[in-house]
Amino acid sequence: MSYGAIGLDDAGVTLHGTPVWQHVTGSFPPGSMTAIAGANGAGKSTLLRAILGEVPLAAGRITLGGLRAQDFGYLPQARIIDRAFPISVTDMVLSGAWRQTGAFGAAGRTVRQRAADALRRVGLEKQAGRMIDALSAGQFQRLLFARLLMTDATVIMLDEPFTALDAPTTQDLLALVREWHAQGRTIIAVLHDMHQIRTCFPHVVLLSGGQAIWGETARILTPGMLQRAYDTPQPTWAGSPA
Amino acid sequence: MSILAGLWEPFATFGFMRRALVASITLGMGAGPVGVLLQLRRMSLIGDAMSHAILPGAAIGFLAAGGLSLTAMGLGGIAAGLGVALLAGLVSRRTHLAEDASFASFYLTSLALGVLIVSARGSNIDLLHVLFGTILAIDGPALYLMAGITTLSLFLLSFIWRPLVMECVDPGFMRMTGSRGALYHMVFLFLVVINLVAGFEALGTLMSVGMMMVPAATARLWTRRLVPMMALSAMVGMLAGFTGLLVSYHFRLAAGPCIILTCSAAYLFSLIASPVGIRAGGGGSSPFRSH
Ligand SMILES: Nc1ncnc2c1ncn2[C@@H]1O[C@H](COP(=O)(O)OP(=O)(O)OP(=O)(O)O)[C@@H](O)[C@H]1O
Ligand SMILES: [Mg+2]
Repeated sequence: MSYGAIGLDDAGVTLHGTPVWQHVTGSFPPGSMTAIAGANGAGKSTLLRAILGEVPLAAGRITLGGLRAQDFGYLPQARIIDRAFPISVTDMVLSGAWRQTGAFGAAGRTVRQRAADALRRVGLEKQAGRMIDALSAGQFQRLLFARLLMTDATVIMLDEPFTALDAPTTQDLLALVREWHAQGRTIIAVLHDMHQIRTCFPHVVLLSGGQAIWGETARILTPGMLQRAYDTPQPTWAGSPA
Repeated sequence: MSILAGLWEPFATFGFMRRALVASITLGMGAGPVGVLLQLRRMSLIGDAMSHAILPGAAIGFLAAGGLSLTAMGLGGIAAGLGVALLAGLVSRRTHLAEDASFASFYLTSLALGVLIVSARGSNIDLLHVLFGTILAIDGPALYLMAGITTLSLFLLSFIWRPLVMECVDPGFMRMTGSRGALYHMVFLFLVVINLVAGFEALGTLMSVGMMMVPAATARLWTRRLVPMMALSAMVGMLAGFTGLLVSYHFRLAAGPCIILTCSAAYLFSLIASPVGIRAGGGGSSPFRSH
């Protein structure tokens, strides 16, 4: 399994006539662990979605270094999961093994064993038989991480994965993310907690004023840069009202 | 006549009662499970809309065959139902109307159109048949059609089971896996349409959706497991067919409404008796769970 970096080359995205970010150039090398930071509306989610090909580029290009769609594991920010649907925690995790089972294949003993392991890894083994609507929000997030574990994805993209989680849950799941990194997977995570970024993420992409500033965390997350990224009013562009 | 004899005698004596019984059992078996999924996808309204959409198609079939021809009306109904499903999907993709809002505007149009077409050529009796069905006049070919539709829908449901369920729960994840979520959605809508067409022969346009919705709503009050829920929904539909026919026979009432009202009675009973019914307050753990 050899693949190259995910690269952005002078890429830009425009949504409904308004540029979100432009002239973004940079790369996520294989096995790297990068945080994406920036104010609300800076275009962090849009960046993840652009890599997945869910939003079209207005300019430039994005190369995936030979990765295919199914090599990505993605935890979106706005989830349209029907949590009232009567499906069990175990079945939800098993759906993560889609690459093995497909739409019709059987979930054999090894797959089920892996599902049980994944649930144990996120501390949900006691809830395995429950329905998903019987989980708390934090437990449900653990479940989504267990499913991500099942997918065995090469690149894992997380959009604000720890929002609304308590400290122990955040620590558990962050440890899992670091484990994935240690296994050589590429991690890209949108985060708002600067402390988390500083302690766990060697690289950062700071979206600020329609631009992306790319580099080592210590060099990017300086007080001046953060001031500019978070304190300036909404960025304006030529042509749009100031 | 003993009570026991009253239970089987109508069916032993009359062929049309036997056929009606087989028809309602067949309908319940197919429509019940489909109805459960339809409700879980929060598409009850769409089921209602589709049942109306079938009418103009069936009416054109009626015109083409020059009378109440099962095949022509069934085929017309399927074509119209699928057409409306596709059209509504397109409209909701183009505009920002929710899918059920676009369905609702189609179905009134369809209903008016269907009534217009049938009443232009046929008698009032024909119109009544089309709107309310003729379960006591079901013949051999109609039964074969219903049995075929039920067999096909149970087979298709079990075949696309996993992608269909996952598409309901988490469509975004399905897209990530590269599955054709929209395709399974269309197959499912197809199942809804053919089951409504099957019911249409027996219960008419206006009531065929009842066999799909009321047993499903009843089953949801008793279990939270999907497969038992679907089995229960089918059971309720089949039992209501049997009971409704008996009631209609002994009290000389119209058969179709008796069957649907028996479903309703089961629903009311469940609402009161089931642990997650009224007594639980709010119908479950969340006020937004059920319809
Ligand atoms: N579908 C859309 N149509 C038009 N504009 C959009 C759309 N989605 C996002 N935008 C705009 O694009 C910009 C970036 O949105 P995005 O969701 O990427 O921000 P974000 O950095 O993830 O913000 P947050 O921290 O709030 O999640 C915002 O200004 C938003 O208004
Ligand atoms: Mg976002």
